[in-house]
Amino acid sequence: MIATRRQFLLDAARMACGTGLLGLALGFHAKPAQALPPTALRPPGAAAEAGFLGACIRCGLCVRDCPPQILSLATPGQPVATGTPYFIARGGACEMCENIPCVKACPTGALDHQLIDIAKARMGLAVLVDPETCLSVLGMRCEVCYRACPLIDKALTLEPRHNERTGRHAIFQPVVHSDACTGCGKCEADCVLPTPAIRVLPLALAKGRLGEHYQLGWEEQKKAGHSLVAPDAEHRYNLPQGIEYENGKGLSEESPR
Amino acid sequence: MSPLRAHRWLLLRRSSQLAILALFLAGPWFGVWIVKGNLNFSYTLDTLPLTDPYVLLQSALAGHLPADRALIGAAVVVAFYLLVGGRSYCAWVCPMNAVTDLAARLRGRLGIKGGAHVSRSVRFWVFGATLLVALASGSVAWELVNPVSMLHRGLFFGFGLGWTIVLAVFLFDVFVMSRGWCGRLCPVGAAYSLLGHARLLRVAAVRRDACDDCNDCFVVCPEPGVIHAPLKGGARGIGPAIASAQCTNCGRCIDVCPKDVFAFGSRFAHPSTPADATQAHAQ
Ligand code: SF4
Ligand code: SF4
Ligand code: SF4
Ligand code: SF4
Ligand code: SF4
Repeated sequence: MIATRRQFLLDAARMACGTGLLGLALGFHAKPAQALPPTALRPPGAAAEAGFLGACIRCGLCVRDCPPQILSLATPGQPVATGTPYFIARGGACEMCENIPCVKACPTGALDHQLIDIAKARMGLAVLVDPETCLSVLGMRCEVCYRACPLIDKALTLEPRHNERTGRHAIFQPVVHSDACTGCGKCEADCVLPTPAIRVLPLALAKGRLGEHYQLGWEEQKKAGHSLVAPDAEHRYNLPQGIEYENGKGLSEESPR
Repeated sequence: MSPLRAHRWLLLRRSSQLAILALFLAGPWFGVWIVKGNLNFSYTLDTLPLTDPYVLLQSALAGHLPADRALIGAAVVVAFYLLVGGRSYCAWVCPMNAVTDLAARLRGRLGIKGGAHVSRSVRFWVFGATLLVALASGSVAWELVNPVSMLHRGLFFGFGLGWTIVLAVFLFDVFVMSRGWCGRLCPVGAAYSLLGHARLLRVAAVRRDACDDCNDCFVVCPEPGVIHAPLKGGARGIGPAIASAQCTNCGRCIDVCPKDVFAFGSRFAHPSTPADATQAHAQ
């Protein structure tokens, strides 16, 4: 009796150790697999990576119901967690389907069913990662990414500025706006360069964060409706006689009254 | 006995496994979308959801409250296996079964004996470990290595290097441990077996009086531990229906027994009287 109890305890201890090691190994294996490589994008509605890996049951329904078939399930050997859906913008960007079939197909809500307006999706954020090779920034009128953007003039705009090199042309630089960009990857997919100058990055990589205590004076002023320090002093100019200054217009001869 | 009859349940089982694979493959291969997804979750004819309760449990422990469709799917699966026995999944559905059965046969052919041995209860420890890892890591981490989904998902969504894990299980079963994967380690089987304790559908040693101790059933059974009590326990008042939740309802014992001792029945099966036996033989 004692012997069998002893044996039982021994066996139990052995198994606890064995499976404990196994669990640890699995845990350690899971850790690096939790980081999504920056080129891989999740379908619309996916939570941040850590949450998504707990919510997605690796069924592939989203993959099946994606009309342009841009999604795949990661396989072992790939840097994306095995069995989870992803796409690579350069291999085929999200078409931002209006009825978002991938989200509708997801049985678990790993792709959030609250997402009904595809423009609210945040798969990542486009960043002009290399202005040095962007043809538009070099002074040419490429602008292909800008035309490709489904949210043209909202997510991606062209900002003109003076071309210092030629002295007389404009540079139309593509500028991304995070309040509208869905991270669909169209711009990256269509960038004419062999290696794109604009890329969709994970939000956590692409976005800075202001310090909690920072306040932008002009925003606060707008909110308050008046100056927060002291009443703005009226501008006064010491101008030569007969010359007047108007904001936006500059100096001009005083108009006869 | 005709060879067809001698392998009746084996053939039925393989047909069931193949039919399920075919249903899943019809979509990606031929564009006939009857079933979408894989064994973790599938959607049949866009109406019937089926969810693997084990993977859903891990997801819940990882901190995600699943949406309705996944929950309904899990309820359907749980109800079904409560009735037919959880480990029927192993014998009739799981694609790994063909792999490990093949390994067991090869092991027998090659006459490989011994190797490492661990208790059949290790699978419950592995099962517990996967749940703990899900809880601690907030991720369905087991799915990174699960050979069952490697194989099943691989067939429909691409293998990648997943085949190496399947091959590893095969070689492990052939050379290292007899019935090592399905019989001792697999936490998926362990999870499903939890649904088997009250199952209605059971194999029963109804004509156990006819048993002549040839041992064929013990040799062929993937879970030989489950047979002894119902087969030999008549004198101790043990019923003939197999009680252990580890019986996979594979029916191999029915196939191989030269005395027709076993038959599918219910949990309430009772030993047949000599009169029944003569009747059965007369047929
Ligand atoms: S929105 Fe459309 S294109 Fe984009 S991932 Fe979903 S189904 Fe595919
Ligand atoms: S449908 Fe949902 S649960 Fe299934 S693979 Fe896609 S994201 Fe994961
Ligand atoms: S990823 Fe590019 S194309 Fe898509 S919305 Fe953002 S800027 Fe536009
Ligand atoms: S498509 Fe590429 S090169 Fe052209 S403007 Fe956009 S980022 Fe620059
Ligand atoms: S007892 Fe019979 S049905 Fe049950 S696992 Fe063994 S061989 Fe299969």
